Amino acid sequence: MPTPADSPVIEVVDLIRKFGDRTVINDISFNVRRGETLVIMGGSGCGKSTLLRHIIGSMKPTSGSVKIFGQEITTMNEHEIASVRRRFGMLFQSGALLASLTVGENVALPLLQHTDNSVDEIEEIVEEKLQMVGLSGFEDLKPAEISGGMKKRVGLARALALDPELLFSDEPTSGLDPIMTAVVDQLTLKLTHGEHMTAVVVTHDMTSAFRIATRMIMLGHGSIVAQGTPDEIRNSPNPEVQQFINGEADGPIPLNLSQDEHEHHQHVKPRPFIAARHRFHRKTA
Amino acid sequence: MLKNYLRLNLSLLYWVFVAPFTGQFFSISQIFRQMVFIGVRATSMVALTAFSIGVTLAMQAAHSLQQMGAEIYVPDLVMLSILREMGPVLIAVIVIGRSGSAVAAELGTMKVSEEIEALEVMAINPVQYLVVPRFLAMLIMLPALTIFGNYIGVLGGWAVCRFALNFNTAGYIMRALESAETWDLYSGMIKSGVFAWIVITIACNAGLHVEGGAEGVGQATTASVVQALLAMLVTNAILTGIFFFGA
Ligand SMILES: Nc1ncnc2c1ncn2[C@@H]1O[C@H](COP(=O)(O)OP(=O)(O)OP(=O)(O)O)[C@@H](O)[C@H]1O
Ligand SMILES: [Mg+2]
Repeated sequence: MPTPADSPVIEVVDLIRKFGDRTVINDISFNVRRGETLVIMGGSGCGKSTLLRHIIGSMKPTSGSVKIFGQEITTMNEHEIASVRRRFGMLFQSGALLASLTVGENVALPLLQHTDNSVDEIEEIVEEKLQMVGLSGFEDLKPAEISGGMKKRVGLARALALDPELLFSDEPTSGLDPIMTAVVDQLTLKLTHGEHMTAVVVTHDMTSAFRIATRMIMLGHGSIVAQGTPDEIRNSPNPEVQQFINGEADGPIPLNLSQDEHEHHQHVKPRPFIAARHRFHRKTA
Repeated sequence: MLKNYLRLNLSLLYWVFVAPFTGQFFSISQIFRQMVFIGVRATSMVALTAFSIGVTLAMQAAHSLQQMGAEIYVPDLVMLSILREMGPVLIAVIVIGRSGSAVAAELGTMKVSEEIEALEVMAINPVQYLVVPRFLAMLIMLPALTIFGNYIGVLGGWAVCRFALNFNTAGYIMRALESAETWDLYSGMIKSGVFAWIVITIACNAGLHVEGGAEGVGQATTASVVQALLAMLVTNAILTGIFFFGA
């Protein structure tokens, strides 16, 4: 479906998601335009992966709207979602490679399923994609036989197999050494250059974030704390943002490890959370 | 739970019977891979079970019939019991224990390690990619194993008749063939096809809906075996009623 050149590739409006009575995504709205690289940052457990899952339609929001390529994804049926998904690639935080297939077969999978290319052509493409992530020669290994960082890169090669218009990566560089991180960043930059591809990247790695981002969003407690260009974020007066990008332990971001908070409640006995069956096995002195 | 199961069945019917006409084929090589696992690798177990059953049936039949001086009917009894009941049921039991549990555990592990979600995000339907090959392999291999098991079971009966009851081989074969009608064979085959459907859909459904890590995979595997056994035995009673006591 053709989208007008200037309309956003992704449009998230008033997105809310609750698990039980915990609000994990609390009223988030933002747009991503064609050719942009949006970096999403935020503390561990603040809902970044969950936000991605809602954008790609594998979770349904409690309320709000998500449009990809101008089409509302939250109300689509399976068939419609599948046709949208052929246009984007996704790298999972865990890699999510199929354990029963080799590295090469994993990368080949979307090509075998969605193109009419001959097996020879597909092998050539797989070879090329693996080379881009620095993994040529590893085609025949199983996911269990490669390292965590290698799994990430195979996942990235697989996400790129169909030359998607839109790439989602959930922490593409976690577990990679600084040189490989730079290689992966260069790859993202190259692919998004000249508006060929749009990227949404979740990362904790500030060097990498400032290297690739054209725009950044920082999440906290399920809502957007700050957003803007890398320069705006770098010079943000918001102390939470400064604490996060400079990686300081002291600051306004609550870490749930401060001592004084507990001292306030010391007269209240905390709720027991270790089940009785585990207590039973404990040796008593 | 039941809703998920019915939805899986509908989606399976779509991907097997409708989708191929819209140009979305299932992978033949995947089916062969599953056939090897579900069928070929189970042959030795099936053979041993079927042979033991044939021998046991013949001994019990001989014991009862000898009192009436009617040992001549031992082959009849062995043949009919195996074709109609013992063959389809016992071989389904083996396949449930061996392959049904393995399928539930495999799909369950894929579910908890996000592989199923990854397939969906790559616009690959997990029912088409994972369930259809296992379903078709089971639908072919369980009846095939049953035919194979029938032969071996009758062979077990022959061993008892030949060496303990002094039948000659030709006499045994003659009696066995005379007693059975083609319907006895067909009814067993129909049963075994229905069992194949039950076993594989229960196993896949249990696997695809696992929640909660390794513990969840274990629970789903056990549940799939228990449910498949119960469903298979109840269905067998119903089918026997329809086939042999119906109008
Ligand atoms: N299926 C679920 N059921 C209940 N709660 C969930 C579920 N998925 C995620 N959550 C909760 O949502 C919150 C955000 O999780 P999420 O995985 O999105 O964090 P994240 O920002 O990606 O963290 P990290 O940087 O460590 O990957 C967590 O508190 C988690 O407990
Ligand atoms: Mg995450």
